[in-house]
Amino acid sequence: MKTVAELNELRAANLKNVVLRKGAEALDAAKAAAPAGAFDGKYNVLVCGGTGCTSSHSEKIVDALNEEIKKNGLEDKVNVVLTGCFGLCALGPIMIVYPEGAFYSRMDAANVERVVKEHLIGGKPCTDLLYDETVAEDGSIKSLDETDFYKKQVRVALRNCGVIDPMSISEYIACDGYQALAKVLTEYQPEDVIKVITDSGLRGRGGGGFPTGRKWALCAPNKAPQKYVVCNADEGDPGAFMDRSVLEGDPHCLIEAMAIAGYAIGATQGYVYVRAEYPIAVNRLQAAIEAAREAGMLGKNIFGSGFDFDMEIRLGAGAFVCGEETALMTSIEGNRGEPRPRPPYPAVKGLFNAPTIENNVETFANVPQIILRGAEWFASMGTERSKGTKVFALGGKIKHTGLVEIPMGTTLDEIVNEIGGGVPNGKKFKAAQTGGPSGGCIPASLINTEVDYDNLVSIGCMMGSGGLIVMDEDTCMVDMAKFFLEFTVDESCGKCTPCRVGTKRLLEMLDKITRGEGTLEDLDKMEELCEYIKANSLCGLGQTAPNPVLSTLKFFRDEYVAHVVDKKCPAGVCKELLSYTIDKEKCIGCGVCARNCPVNAIKKTDYTAPGHKLPSMEIDPSVCVKCGACMSTCKFKAISKG
Amino acid sequence: MQKKISNLPFKGTAEQEAELKKIIAAHKHDKSLLMAVMQKAQDVYGYLPLEVQTMIAEGMDVPTEKVYGIATFYAQFALSPKGKYNISVCLGTACYVKGAGEMFDKLQELLGIGAEECTPDGKFSLTACRCIGACGLAPVLTVNEEVYGRLTAKDMESILAKYN
Repeated sequence: MKTVAELNELRAANLKNVVLRKGAEALDAAKAAAPAGAFDGKYNVLVCGGTGCTSSHSEKIVDALNEEIKKNGLEDKVNVVLTGCFGLCALGPIMIVYPEGAFYSRMDAANVERVVKEHLIGGKPCTDLLYDETVAEDGSIKSLDETDFYKKQVRVALRNCGVIDPMSISEYIACDGYQALAKVLTEYQPEDVIKVITDSGLRGRGGGGFPTGRKWALCAPNKAPQKYVVCNADEGDPGAFMDRSVLEGDPHCLIEAMAIAGYAIGATQGYVYVRAEYPIAVNRLQAAIEAAREAGMLGKNIFGSGFDFDMEIRLGAGAFVCGEETALMTSIEGNRGEPRPRPPYPAVKGLFNAPTIENNVETFANVPQIILRGAEWFASMGTERSKGTKVFALGGKIKHTGLVEIPMGTTLDEIVNEIGGGVPNGKKFKAAQTGGPSGGCIPASLINTEVDYDNLVSIGCMMGSGGLIVMDEDTCMVDMAKFFLEFTVDESCGKCTPCRVGTKRLLEMLDKITRGEGTLEDLDKMEELCEYIKANSLCGLGQTAPNPVLSTLKFFRDEYVAHVVDKKCPAGVCKELLSYTIDKEKCIGCGVCARNCPVNAIKKTDYTAPGHKLPSMEIDPSVCVKCGACMSTCKFKAISKG
Repeated sequence: MQKKISNLPFKGTAEQEAELKKIIAAHKHDKSLLMAVMQKAQDVYGYLPLEVQTMIAEGMDVPTEKVYGIATFYAQFALSPKGKYNISVCLGTACYVKGAGEMFDKLQELLGIGAEECTPDGKFSLTACRCIGACGLAPVLTVNEEVYGRLTAKDMESILAKYN
């Protein structure tokens, strides 16, 4: 057990280790308090250890750094920290050197020796290796906050990601860690905690947007010998990775928040249900739980308050339906993850039949800050009914793939074109898909939509957990809807008929349309079936499964009609509807395409275009398998598809 | 999703069985840990053949039907063995819109096997996986633990060549 005074001492003692990263003001204050020259020549080198950068071998950079530091005797001056995700995954692996905040992008271990020599010893950042947006014309370094990607971001849930070492509880404590838990346990009654969370307007970040305070208030009065706090870290929405980033970059924040929730509702045991596909996150969270126990932040009589709380990790095994709260609880109990009918609601009868609250990782990550900075502060951000910030994982056809946290109400235009850097390769923005397989598409005509829970629902989308996939003119919306339906058909647990059979029939109709065999009547039938599935499915998976079809039918009906009536795929994706043709005026008759054709569908014609020496080629459509090999080998752009 | 059940003979060793028994003994007290036991058993054997499922059921004192039900419900559990090199192509949304589907088709063509299958020499197996979260590198695939990112279908041959 620790006392609050001991926690504060630890914070003060560890501050010097992180103060270099805290901005000029904090550093100046620390310098004034320390002996002269105490910070001279000191550097913190932060290397991203998130899944994205680890996949491009950021650990090799750390090894190379440590080797160079040892070689040059810089152990006392330079502190190398493996952090969580910085967010700008497109530029990974990333390394940031403080106090300057120099942002090295696409870093290569081969450049480490030079950076150590010129920057860490010579004091001159290697500006040619920095992210170009952070280097001013005069060669000086601009703050990251001035770049398009970071300028509009407000980091609450992600505030420690990419700032602290997730494996170090002392760095977390130095950044006000466990202060919220101390405050709650020593100053608040459980109902005060619920009031603060309710007043802040925090809503569930996992997708549905249920008010968090109300969820806790529903569970708190239920008397039982054992209650549970469950964290949903089964981030199943493909293309979303915000929860993983919090787990990888700031695991103690989740532990602190769950303990606070436990105090608020009267639970002493927590479970975190994490995807087994996130090995780095699982390891760091496990290490953090052990460190928290050792430091007395979990266990018996926390801060001498008499409150006990402990937690365990349970690994998921790859089932999308387990993101649904009752299915998740069934899975923790060691069963097939099938949802249960509600009522009874989990607040009354949840995990192991005991009163339970379940929140998503990002929701929990907001809690300590709300306690420390107050409900008014949190409620001052966002829109009228959606408060605070939201983390989005930007992916697909966008320049800056990565993780961004922005105030609710930021327009889609700002997210895609300013923060995300727009669609690459000069292509046109066509739509953004939010909410994964449960969500819908926002078309280009609605790009000025202010993104919050209610606005998205009103246009047939949903916030979802925050995956935001950008699509350009090369994406076929019918194919996209089919992709999501294939996913839900695969992942439907099979318990209720509307979802199990309905999604399968929807997929068959979509398949028929992409093969050019659909009729206009099919479109009406699909709409009718969608409404039926929505109204009759047992859980959220089935109730939202038709959304990708409904929203594409609503905004891109012309594409469906093109597939059905004209038997064409405007984006050139659906193979059965494609045909390749050779422009006989452009073709010089070199025959490269014919040699690359796997089925010998290309033959010489009798026609020689003016100015060319050899006769043009042509494709026999009855033989062509539409593989596209000819088009990609033609140097003269004489082959087109349509 | 329909799972492929292997008809290859079970070749478990005595060491593997001893390890499995140890795992079961450590988790036997709490039936809600059944999934954790199955995950650890899969680490030991590489997959969960019926023989292993039966041992787990007996050890944990639950019906084999329950173990089988869980094994077929969750994507992570494999009922057929993996190749020496397991190639897993991410078909999450971000990878899909960047052409992961074409990569997957190309691999099927090059290896002559379908999804969830293993080449006859036991060298390569092919799986389609859900998002592994490396969306910044899309499209990605993994060969065992090694991650390859920012790929096109044209890169498939050279990746396979590294393991031949």
